[in-house]
Amino acid sequence: MIAKKRFATPFIFWIIAGTVIPLISIAYYGFTSREGGFTFSNIMAMFQHDHLQALGLSLLLAFISTVICLALAFPMAMVLRESKYGKQGFLIFVIILPMWMNFLLRTMAWQVLLERQGVINSLFAAIGLPRQEMMNTPGAIVLGMVYDFLPFMILPIYNTVSKIDNHLIEASYDLGASKFKTYTKVIIPLAVPGIVSGITMVFIPALTTFVISNMLGGGKINLIGNIIEQEFTVNSNWYLGSGLSLVMMVFIIASMLLLQKFDKTGGQNLI
Amino acid sequence: MKKIFGRIYILIIMLFLYLPILTLIVLSFNEAKSMSVWTGFSLRWYQELFHSKIMMGAIANTFSIAILAALIATIVGTMAVLGMAAMKQRTENVLMAFNNIPMLNADIVTGIALMLFFLMIHWPRGYMTILFSHATFCIPYVILSVKPRMNKNTDRLFEAALDLGASEKYAFRKIVLPELKPGIMSGFLLSFTMSVDDFIITYFTRGAGINTISTLIYSEVKIGIRPSLFALSTIIFVVALVVLITVNLRQSRADRAV
Repeated sequence: MIAKKRFATPFIFWIIAGTVIPLISIAYYGFTSREGGFTFSNIMAMFQHDHLQALGLSLLLAFISTVICLALAFPMAMVLRESKYGKQGFLIFVIILPMWMNFLLRTMAWQVLLERQGVINSLFAAIGLPRQEMMNTPGAIVLGMVYDFLPFMILPIYNTVSKIDNHLIEASYDLGASKFKTYTKVIIPLAVPGIVSGITMVFIPALTTFVISNMLGGGKINLIGNIIEQEFTVNSNWYLGSGLSLVMMVFIIASMLLLQKFDKTGGQNLI
Repeated sequence: MKKIFGRIYILIIMLFLYLPILTLIVLSFNEAKSMSVWTGFSLRWYQELFHSKIMMGAIANTFSIAILAALIATIVGTMAVLGMAAMKQRTENVLMAFNNIPMLNADIVTGIALMLFFLMIHWPRGYMTILFSHATFCIPYVILSVKPRMNKNTDRLFEAALDLGASEKYAFRKIVLPELKPGIMSGFLLSFTMSVDDFIITYFTRGAGINTISTLIYSEVKIGIRPSLFALSTIIFVVALVVLITVNLRQSRADRAV
């Protein structure tokens, strides 16, 4: 045997020091008051008006962005599937390339486009239209999310639809199914694993982001990520920050479990 | 008809993906600081970028951390795969479940958790804490890329080599490593890119006074966007383009060779 159990020792050390203890420390701080006693108040703080509003807005914006990404990505994946082999490789390349750009710079690009003195408003002004307030709106944040995360929806869906056997689709038509029926009964069910991992890869980063909302919301629109980030970096209230993170984790786990229900392959397409 | 629709659709998505990047590239050559008026071609923002000591330091940090984190993750991850092969299926499953946590968890939670850990054990935050954190989130990717290459056959070949008189070291170098090599390579590259790209975990695990490219961009954007950031965007875009084209060309040449 080349394999010896002790080879895994550094890995086990890393799991304990890098994953287990850090997660336990979040739980510890989340259930501890500033004075050091046990408390539920950091968890219950989620029910404060500001926090609930931020959580609600995060869920809403993440949901809208995920739906838009899905609506844009599915047709794109189908078009990719049907394009010729050489062209296909080129198109995949074109979709992957923006993912290699730092996402802060990609988000900044939208700031440059949307700002009052920005590119789009200057174009408006040039053709005589009034300047629009586009920055610091929920719409700008959704746009930023869709832009940053769209490739993460296209690629997993493309990975599954590109593997669908053409004969299955032809058989469906031969048996008299309409185009609509072929999609709902054959193509979409077979694409579910890709759709599920696409949704996971868009919804969770969108739900927990504080960067996009900070850059395109101008610090005026708070998502739950912003609230947590500020507790750690501005207010230095790690107890409250940890408590709110724990609640947010519940939402992450819940959305994953919900998505896993749809995916019978058990999340093997996650990467 | 359908083809035309498909083409138009691709075009729209491409425009959506590339117009913002293209805007940055064009503005990086603009002489004025303005985001809307073109006053003439200039390379002054590139000069400003290259003369910025902070930026050069951040670039050096980003790449040295990425290389070291990827190296550590590759070694720890590959050893873990070898170690897990000797374990009972159940132990292995438990370890793999823990392995998946940093990948599935939201980055902000991973970042905060690590930050609290460093505070608790009084490890001053700086270069080393960033490196530790990056290795933490890179190891899972290495394991997932190496593990599929490790199978029963690898072990049998290794045993055969020993029977034929090879030393353990020699058999490992000549039999096992070549089998695992594609997985190790892709694990390393994946780790490297994840590390270079990371912002959120670095943001929480860095100390004051140390920056990577990402954290520097974030603090600069907060103060006010300077066109030197457009120059940086252009350079990153061109580098990514060149790297991806090279990888693709090598890939297609390798495919043809098979």
